[in-house]
Amino acid sequence: MRPTAAAVTLAASWMLVGCAGPADAPGTPADESFADIAYALPEQAPRRFGFGAEASAARVARWDTDVKPDGEGLPAGKGTVAEGEVVFMTYCVACHGPTGTEGPNDVLVGSDPWEAWPGSVTVGGYWPYATTLYDYISRAMPQLTPGVLTPNQTYAVIAYILHRNGVVAADAEMDAQTLPAVIMPARDRFVVDDRQGGSQIR
Amino acid sequence: MSEKHGPRLSRRAWITTTSGVVAAGLIKTQADALRLDAQTAPLQTPDPTKVPGRFTSEVGRRAVGEQPRRLARAQALSSSAQSPLQDLMGIITPADLHFERHHAGIPEIAKGSHELLVHGMVDRPMVFRMSDIERYPRVSRLYFIECSGNGGSAYSRENMPTEITVQALDGLLSTSEWTGVPLSTILREVGVRSGASWLLAEGSDAAMMSRSVPLEKAMDDALLAFGQNGEAIRPEQGYPLRLMLPGWEGNAQVKWLRRIEVTDRPTMTREETSKYTDPLEGGTARQFSFLMDAKSTITFPTYPFVLPERGWWEITGLAWSGRGRITRVEVSTDGGARWADAVLQQPVLPKCTARFRHLWEWNGRETVILSRATDDTGYVQPTVQQLWEARGERTRYHFNHQRAWKVASDGAVTFGLGDLV
Repeated sequence: MRPTAAAVTLAASWMLVGCAGPADAPGTPADESFADIAYALPEQAPRRFGFGAEASAARVARWDTDVKPDGEGLPAGKGTVAEGEVVFMTYCVACHGPTGTEGPNDVLVGSDPWEAWPGSVTVGGYWPYATTLYDYISRAMPQLTPGVLTPNQTYAVIAYILHRNGVVAADAEMDAQTLPAVIMPARDRFVVDDRQGGSQIR
Repeated sequence: MSEKHGPRLSRRAWITTTSGVVAAGLIKTQADALRLDAQTAPLQTPDPTKVPGRFTSEVGRRAVGEQPRRLARAQALSSSAQSPLQDLMGIITPADLHFERHHAGIPEIAKGSHELLVHGMVDRPMVFRMSDIERYPRVSRLYFIECSGNGGSAYSRENMPTEITVQALDGLLSTSEWTGVPLSTILREVGVRSGASWLLAEGSDAAMMSRSVPLEKAMDDALLAFGQNGEAIRPEQGYPLRLMLPGWEGNAQVKWLRRIEVTDRPTMTREETSKYTDPLEGGTARQFSFLMDAKSTITFPTYPFVLPERGWWEITGLAWSGRGRITRVEVSTDGGARWADAVLQQPVLPKCTARFRHLWEWNGRETVILSRATDDTGYVQPTVQQLWEARGERTRYHFNHQRAWKVASDGAVTFGLGDLV
């Protein structure tokens, strides 16, 4: 899977950075006092302190509401483009404009930002994963009343935004199966940090 | 002595005046009037040697004439406020002047009912009250935090500013002594399962701001911080608990931290996809570019200061690198033709700002002054041309290029990078 490969690459690049280490001569008073970035537990520390409490599955579920790119975390529910237009015109239009391009907040609708830079970074032009829409809208939107949308409303408004961006058809319906299957136009634009450390300017 | 007193008064006039242009004018016209008359005793009303002072107090206050202020941007839920770098000395940012960047305002959180949930690929999902977290062995460290968008106003070739303060340019940078519990201690407590490689950190603000963080960083020097400069962390900085990822971009250091999910892949949140990614030339965008490369910025003299006379001036500023320790800062007072090593104020700490100073005798002629930092990985702060070449001119974060300030023959200081591009 792509994210896993990305993780491996990222881990490798950190090891390079981590190996560089301080250039100062070790053993100077300054080093003894300040070079200790990593934190060592006291020798007598127990394997477990036992502070805090085990969290029940129900307790975890109450806060574990994020959505992963493969769709993990998506709730039951569904919504169509037509239903989403109603949601958009009710909850989103004031900040994002009647066609999702007018603002005053983020421009949602558009295509390729790379040709019109510094154009707007839109859902159609720059968002690599459709699942991020669910994750973000459910946690942070609408800005003044976050979390007010039902799962059906959230799926619907995502369908509408994706359709406005030309990503899904007018009769599309979003749910826990169809949303993660959407391939976003910007999906392959993203590369994991490839700076290599050292003197290289990248 | 007269040379010294004049500038000091001028600097105060600059600090306390909100309009830079007006301040600059005042300084120029008053420069001679403020010259010290060493034969007359200063007039203080009332005479503090003849009137008893005030009593002790529970909470101190700043001197009346010393009122540094953040530069608060738009009054909006997603906004920022910049630290007054020109007013600060040494490397510590007073906690009430630490820069701010919020995505849905500053939440009011009662410490007594705040909890941290740690779950996912762990042996024991656990929930911690603040009193639980505070009981674990603590560490204190000095680290900078910088917003990765800092300095972006000086990156556009077509739009290079001149009348910009160092606060407006680079004020999304602050340094504190942070106290907390290593995240590795908490992860040890819950038992991370094999195969785990990332975690998701989530805040308790109205944006539930969330970022994916590689497990390697979490096990290295990440902190769960609840202390800032000797007291509880400020609400603007994440009270009662924030994630500290030393040397990494500020956005990933999630404030008001309430949940950590250990995972085997990034969650691809909005803040790590459509925001905080770096468009490069050729139609790609760099993602998970957490690390802040080496950087420096001159904090004095900068716009709108006007050098009232030629002679000795101390150029000073800050240098920092997310990769480690600053090993060298060079200053040029001739537009980059020649460079001299600045003095580095000790201690110079890893992933922390370092204060540099360079004594300069200004000859009264127009020039451009610059600084450039080198860190212990051998990385040298690039020119803006080098960054343009490496990343293109359309990138949106990580603007660590050299800054330049132009000193006109009348002493007026403006941002001068436009003269070098």
